[in-house]
Amino acid sequence: MYLAKIFVTHKKSILDPQGEAIKNALHRLDYEAVENVSQGKYFETTLNCDSEDKAKQITDSICDSLLANPNMETYRFEIEKVGD
Amino acid sequence: MKFAVISFPGSNCDYDMYYAIKDILKEPVEMVSCDTESLDGFDAVLIPGGFSYGDYLRSGAIAKFAKVMPALIKFANLGKPVLGVCNGFQILTEVGLLPGSLQNNRDMQFISEYEPLIVQNNKTIFTNEYEKAESIMIPIAHGEGNYYCNETELESLKQNHQIIFTYENNPNGSVSNIAGITNKNGNVMGMMPHPERAVEKILGSEDGVRLFTSILKSFKGGILVE
Repeated sequence: MYLAKIFVTHKKSILDPQGEAIKNALHRLDYEAVENVSQGKYFETTLNCDSEDKAKQITDSICDSLLANPNMETYRFEIEKVGD
Repeated sequence: MKFAVISFPGSNCDYDMYYAIKDILKEPVEMVSCDTESLDGFDAVLIPGGFSYGDYLRSGAIAKFAKVMPALIKFANLGKPVLGVCNGFQILTEVGLLPGSLQNNRDMQFISEYEPLIVQNNKTIFTNEYEKAESIMIPIAHGEGNYYCNETELESLKQNHQIIFTYENNPNGSVSNIAGITNKNGNVMGMMPHPERAVEKILGSEDGVRLFTSILKSFKGGILVE
């Protein structure tokens, strides 16, 4: 079994209204040091497959077909072996 | 002319669309489940607003995999009229029938207001009953109606006259004030404002009626795409 930790984030070139709203709230709380906030999504999927390569391939495909919208978002992931 | 309204779990404007066709346009219309696998026999398909599948993950992302989708794509590729309103627009972009995507409104607020729209292109099967540059009042009701596409896509939309409606006072941050677009072929349209909610005086505007009469007129005139 493999565990994929997937991070989907807004492309940097596109205004992220959620990130902006959070940044403004942080500034109201006097966290002046905050320069930028980007909000994303985090997924964990466990994969029943027999090699790390296969797990990577499946995860790539999952991200492209459903988890990320390629117009607005990018993704990255980490794969680790779990269980036996 | 026979219309289908596709209803998803979480659709909430499906009956508004249904009654706009049945009571105002007075044409045959059927409510069709998103589990249907065929759209044979229909002349136009309407994808209503709402929150399909709770809008989990992203608006329209799960609806993309509904059973009806292969039939819808086939229907669209035959050049038949497909109109997606609000969540329907979001679904059409997720499916890839329309370019770009809809993201959170610029000011992170759900907006429910009448908005003046400008008819940018009246030479389509959806807008031939409007005047070019006419200003019409159509309500919007969305939290994620901020249209985004990259510069190459925007240029291509402009070149091919695919921008159909724009907002007079861009309420949500959409690129180039875009409120509604068609595909290159002109037979698939997506728009965030709700024409089906502007079909009777008592609703505050009748400006949405001509969108539906345009579709009917094109169909009766045998014009699929002008």
